[in-house]
Amino acid sequence: MTMVLVDIQGIKKYYSARAELLAKEQVSVKAVDGVSLQVYSGETLGLVGESGCGKSTLARLIMRLDLPTAGRIFFEGENIFKLSGKDLKGYRRKVQIIFQDPYASLNPRRTAGSTIGEPLLINQMYDREGRALEVARIMDVVGLTKEQKGRYPHEFSGGQRQRIGIARAIILKPQLIVADEPVSALDVSIQAQILNLLKDLQKEFNLTYIFISHDLSVVRHVSDRIAVMHFGRIVELAENRELYEHPLHPYTVELLSAVPAPDPGRKKERVIREREVTGATNGQGKCPFHPRCPVRVEVCEKDEPELTDRGGGHFVACHGDA
Amino acid sequence: MLLEIKDLSTHFHTDFGVIKAVDRVDLSIDEGDTLGVVGESGCGKTVLALSIMRLIPTPPGKIVSGNVIFNGVDLLSLDSAEMRKIRGKDISMVFQEPMTSLNPVLRIGDQITEIIKLHLGLGREEAMARAIEMLSLVGMPSPETAIRNYPHQMSGGMRQRVMIAMALCCGPRLMLADEPTTALDVTIQAQILELIGRLKHDIGTSVILITHDLGVIAEAAEHVAVMYTGQVVEYASVENLFATPLHPYTVGLMESIPKIDAPWGRDVHLKVIPGAVPSLDDLPKGCTFQDRCAHTMQICREKEPQLKEYMPKHRVHCWLYEK
Ligand SMILES: Nc1ncnc2c1ncn2[C@@H]1O[C@H](COP(=O)(O)OP(=O)(O)OP(=O)(O)O)[C@@H](O)[C@H]1O
Ligand SMILES: Nc1ncnc2c1ncn2[C@@H]1O[C@H](COP(=O)(O)OP(=O)(O)OP(=O)(O)O)[C@@H](O)[C@H]1O
Ligand code: SF4
Ligand SMILES: [Mg+2]
Ligand SMILES: [Mg+2]
Repeated sequence: MTMVLVDIQGIKKYYSARAELLAKEQVSVKAVDGVSLQVYSGETLGLVGESGCGKSTLARLIMRLDLPTAGRIFFEGENIFKLSGKDLKGYRRKVQIIFQDPYASLNPRRTAGSTIGEPLLINQMYDREGRALEVARIMDVVGLTKEQKGRYPHEFSGGQRQRIGIARAIILKPQLIVADEPVSALDVSIQAQILNLLKDLQKEFNLTYIFISHDLSVVRHVSDRIAVMHFGRIVELAENRELYEHPLHPYTVELLSAVPAPDPGRKKERVIREREVTGATNGQGKCPFHPRCPVRVEVCEKDEPELTDRGGGHFVACHGDA
Repeated sequence: MLLEIKDLSTHFHTDFGVIKAVDRVDLSIDEGDTLGVVGESGCGKTVLALSIMRLIPTPPGKIVSGNVIFNGVDLLSLDSAEMRKIRGKDISMVFQEPMTSLNPVLRIGDQITEIIKLHLGLGREEAMARAIEMLSLVGMPSPETAIRNYPHQMSGGMRQRVMIAMALCCGPRLMLADEPTTALDVTIQAQILELIGRLKHDIGTSVILITHDLGVIAEAAEHVAVMYTGQVVEYASVENLFATPLHPYTVGLMESIPKIDAPWGRDVHLKVIPGAVPSLDDLPKGCTFQDRCAHTMQICREKEPQLKEYMPKHRVHCWLYEK
């Protein structure tokens, strides 16, 4: 599990926006602000962080659905933003995305079978009969029956729709799947079914996952390593157990303490502070977390901390407890 | 007893048939108590709250039976003028979607004072002062500025606090909070839950807290009703519910959520409840959980169980416990 599949180098994505509806000034929203990250072949990298911290933007960049303001992303050693023509098409086969909303992401006028088989058609793979066989096989893998092939999205439940999305994502045998909140819109009793399915598929097809969620319990359940994102930057990165047992960044500590435990005997001490409106225009030269940081020191206001290895692959961007 | 719901049923008449969104619900809540109502999407939580508020859109919906006795008065027997006096004053509601329930073209201050003027008969200035007081009570940073803002100028967490301030501004005896934290990040969720707990303590308001999140229930509720297909299938104190869940659905729910301190590994799978919630217009005869239950017996397919007390103050709607 040591081969680097995706190598993200200093990637940035800035959007221009107005601070208020009627404000004249344009400000730049630093949705992703200098992320460097490696994803190993066969692993699940979890990505957590609060709403608006840039998770989906990073996902879109990796999928090459968007171009970066700066930085590069390499997939198997190739800069994905330089790909074109046949190579780009090849890349699009190798990486697939699963979206949050199984309702919005399926075409209501296409049958399940046609949605699942569409990537094969686009890539002119197999003949008609071969495609039908392949669709039936994949439907079986994700727990749908082939009798459901001719049904339309509205005839399926949320969990079944998410299975359709997953079937479509794996039919081309991709290497990398970016799952952007794949279970957030699902009922609790269905979540578990989909999480188990994703784990089984990973084993069967040796998939690499980038698994995005704001739910720390879900991320913990599926991930080998976890990256915590805050204001467009990775503030902590560590092995699963290490992150939950020894969180180093005060933001990670805050996030973990906020998760309500399904155990009434254990109402816990919280470390929640007021949160300012998402710092769309976070300035340079200081730690963006410092206004609400309990362990801040003088240098936090003068210098932006870099993500550094504290040993054993546990990376943190914080001046605080070094 | 502040509120007693007896045999409440609310049905919707649709093209596909009659949907029993709330089906013969019995529940009660004491003064100063927090009742958590938990269940998956579509099980009738919002319809239950809207029925208490008498806000069911008719047609297609209709409260077809039951009593909602609040402070000794059956709300279902009141005419709409009498109900309007209670709604927003003695009983208030925080709606599921804060953005759609705030008026986008009115300033926050005007929206809050509107309610205060209506129910408490205060003048404009006094009402505004009370609005500011309520906003600071819910932890709004700089409330004097906030009253001049429009909803879109606020973050989700702030809008949610505005909703809570509006619900509390007339000092209600009962607040219905419908998924007040679902759209929010964990850190803001924690703030809102703490806020609700503190206000309950300070003002003595009873709360019905609706959520699909068992963690939120464990955190904030004293009693819990678990709903499935429009029915209450289990009711207990929060301690008893988590210590000895009785209904197979409750047990399944608890086992299927990933826990932050559970053993972890590549091959660790979650327990699942097989299948999916049946469609409300096509419920099976007998127990509605029968097709997903690991203990289904002959009788479960033939006769509907009753919600009965099998352990002290712990009621369950399941044949397993009928000896
Ligand atoms: N097309 C766009 N134009 C302008 N701003 C954008 C655009 N897309 C995203 N943003 C902004 O970039 C920031 C990051 O957004 P992003 O969708 O990546 O967040 P996220 O972490 O996925 O949040 P969530 O958990 O809510 O999905 C936000 O402030 C968002 O408003
Ligand atoms: N106006 C309506 N017309 C027809 N059916 C309705 C209407 N409102 C609610 N229902 C139905 O009543 C049932 C219960 O809905 P309700 O909104 O109470 O669910 P809920 O438990 O609040 O779910 P969620 O967690 O998704 O908010 C659902 O099957 C829903 O489709
Ligand atoms: S009544 Fe029967 S089917 Fe229903 S939950 Fe109990 S054991 Fe299961
Ligand atoms: Mg997102
Ligand atoms: Mg609801």
